[in-house]
Amino acid sequence: MSTIDIEIQLIAVVVAVSCALPGVYLVLRRMAMMSDAISHTVLLGIVLAFFVTGDIASPLLIIAAAATGMLTVTLVESVRGTRLVTQDAAIGLVFPALFSIAVILISRYAGDVHLDTDAVLLGELAFAPFTRLEVGGVDLGPKTLYVMGGVLLLNVGFIITFYKELKLTTFDAALAASLGFSPVLLHYAFMGLVSVTAVGAFDAVGSVLVVALMIVPPAGAYLLTEKLRWMIVLSALLGASSALAGYWVAWVADASIAGSIASVTGAQFLLIFLLAPERGVIAQSMRRARQRVEFAQLMLAIHLLNHEGTPEAERESRESELHEHLRWSPKFVARIVRLAEREELIEREAGGLRLTPAGRAVARSAIAA
Amino acid sequence: MDAGRLLHDLFFDYTLRTVALGAMALGVVSGTLGAFAVLRRQSLLGDAISHAALPGIVLAFMFTGAKDPLWLVVGAAVAGWLGALTVMWIVRQSRLPEDTALGIVLSVFFGIGLVLLTYVQREPTASQAGLNTFLFGQAATLVVDDVIVIAVLGSVALGVVALFWKEFKLLSFDREFGKSLGIGMRGIDVLLTTVLVIAIVIGLQTVGVVLMSAMVVAPAAAARQWTDSLGVMVVLSAVFGALGGVTGAVASSTAAGIPTGPAIVLAVTMVVVLSIALAPRRGLVWEWVRHKRNQQTVRTGAVLTDLYALASHHKERGHGHKLAVLQAMDARRGGVRRTLDVLASRGLAARAADDTWSLTEQGEQEARAEIARREGDDA
Repeated sequence: MSTIDIEIQLIAVVVAVSCALPGVYLVLRRMAMMSDAISHTVLLGIVLAFFVTGDIASPLLIIAAAATGMLTVTLVESVRGTRLVTQDAAIGLVFPALFSIAVILISRYAGDVHLDTDAVLLGELAFAPFTRLEVGGVDLGPKTLYVMGGVLLLNVGFIITFYKELKLTTFDAALAASLGFSPVLLHYAFMGLVSVTAVGAFDAVGSVLVVALMIVPPAGAYLLTEKLRWMIVLSALLGASSALAGYWVAWVADASIAGSIASVTGAQFLLIFLLAPERGVIAQSMRRARQRVEFAQLMLAIHLLNHEGTPEAERESRESELHEHLRWSPKFVARIVRLAEREELIEREAGGLRLTPAGRAVARSAIAA
Repeated sequence: MDAGRLLHDLFFDYTLRTVALGAMALGVVSGTLGAFAVLRRQSLLGDAISHAALPGIVLAFMFTGAKDPLWLVVGAAVAGWLGALTVMWIVRQSRLPEDTALGIVLSVFFGIGLVLLTYVQREPTASQAGLNTFLFGQAATLVVDDVIVIAVLGSVALGVVALFWKEFKLLSFDREFGKSLGIGMRGIDVLLTTVLVIAIVIGLQTVGVVLMSAMVVAPAAAARQWTDSLGVMVVLSAVFGALGGVTGAVASSTAAGIPTGPAIVLAVTMVVVLSIALAPRRGLVWEWVRHKRNQQTVRTGAVLTDLYALASHHKERGHGHKLAVLQAMDARRGGVRRTLDVLASRGLAARAADDTWSLTEQGEQEARAEIARREGDDA
């Protein structure tokens, strides 16, 4: 493994973790698609700042890009504030418009400069190490690593400092306001953070991977834990691991690194979605099947209890006719009877089924409840 | 280029005519389907679908080895459809909110598309021009075959909407009621989503992956401002979509370096801005006028009753009162002089030579009526 390989992986991990941290709150606040909007509109800021400075490497570009991120948030909020369109439509109106302006500006006035819309959308992590940070002729490493390292520190600092406030405004904005926190101020500060992260990251990995890294790992973490603290840690771990795995997939398959990382986050999410211990699809359907069986046993016990000691008791408790009374399929009846018998809720008699004392107690308490 | 020349070209210039026709057709289709998407608060589903289409496009390209419009559209539709169903699946099976599901599908499918794209771009013989246009759209590459594909698939989509109008309406406004009628609403949901997928993929070549979502949202959001009826909204939305499509296509053909997709998106965005500002009853301008008018009614009422209160302290109605007194009574709200002028112009108040003000007979009646109204409100 050459130095370049190590540097690319380092950058990928730093980008992944920096994106996953604010991503947690985007998912919880139901603003996931703002990441999509912001990661596209920052292009407009970059283009405008480029026209002013004429220098593609100017730090002003990053500031302007972050400012357009904020502009996007403000515009979406004010379009929604008219109450004439819903929030989702507001996002769907604002970001394509701003992005369109950027694309037209680029193709009309900056066609021959290194401001390639393809590169912006797709990103190419493989080229990131080629821009070096040099101080006094000494090579300190890839510039992106320093930029994203700074963004990562900023994100960690912000989340630690405002952990309580963020938690409160995320889960109970009304309570936060009544306690004297300004949810609006924190909202804008947080969206500023998202903008800065998106700007730093999309330069390295393209805007679509920014969305993948911000949304997919936190979404997976959300299915694994109930605790915010753990969700943050898990998101960072999931993001970092898919960055590494994605790099190696790209290396083996000789394909786009950004695309591979996004694909790996997807595969990772799919596994969690299916296999998560509590909330996974498989765990849920197993739980549902178990509940169905338990409920059916209860129904059977209540049915027998209802007819106990009545003239029709013999007919109602005949196993061969139960499917008529309970409107179940004969096969299901057989299965439930077998299970109820095994759990000693019922027992077989000459004519049919009879409740055991335990089964009677269960049925009685279910009716009483 | 002057307007007459442009109009001439629009009808007789082969390229422009083809492009404008294609853009118009897709504007009609995406406008129609967008109306349902916006009403169902699924504006961003279009964004997810168009991004999710990428792997399908690339795979179709890899298998057919050529830029055959029909196969690319089919590939896009299959992948976009899978993406849309995945969104539904995630939302139904987990506690993740819909926007997160959209973000997941959008970025992961697009990422898979990127991986596949690397293989295509490596083949030296393959012409990738056709693929690159899918990202940002390039209507100039539209040929008659493309327009035929758009028209045929678009007609199918519109036909389904006409056929299932009642069901789609139920789905948009009262899903539970539909279920109680015995209609399989989940099936209807899948059907409407499928048609939306068709509407989106036929626009990809013209408008591009990133911006196609705007073609779904913008015409519908604009149309919503003008009406409360679904039928009118759908028709208006289709008209706005067509208008934006043609305007954008023409704009991009007249000036160099204006890609079609962004031009069309800006055109429909303008329609939205105008609609939000000007639409009767709902529009912002209308709302502002109403606000001002209310404000004035309140102001004139206040000054009128002040004058009446002053007059009741004097024997004769015509006794003049100084502006300063009225201003003091009005307590820091300002604009008393202007309000008095309004009252005078309506013949309710009169100004004497010494710059004092008094009620006219009509004004006195009006003031009594105003006070009676207020007491009625308080009671």
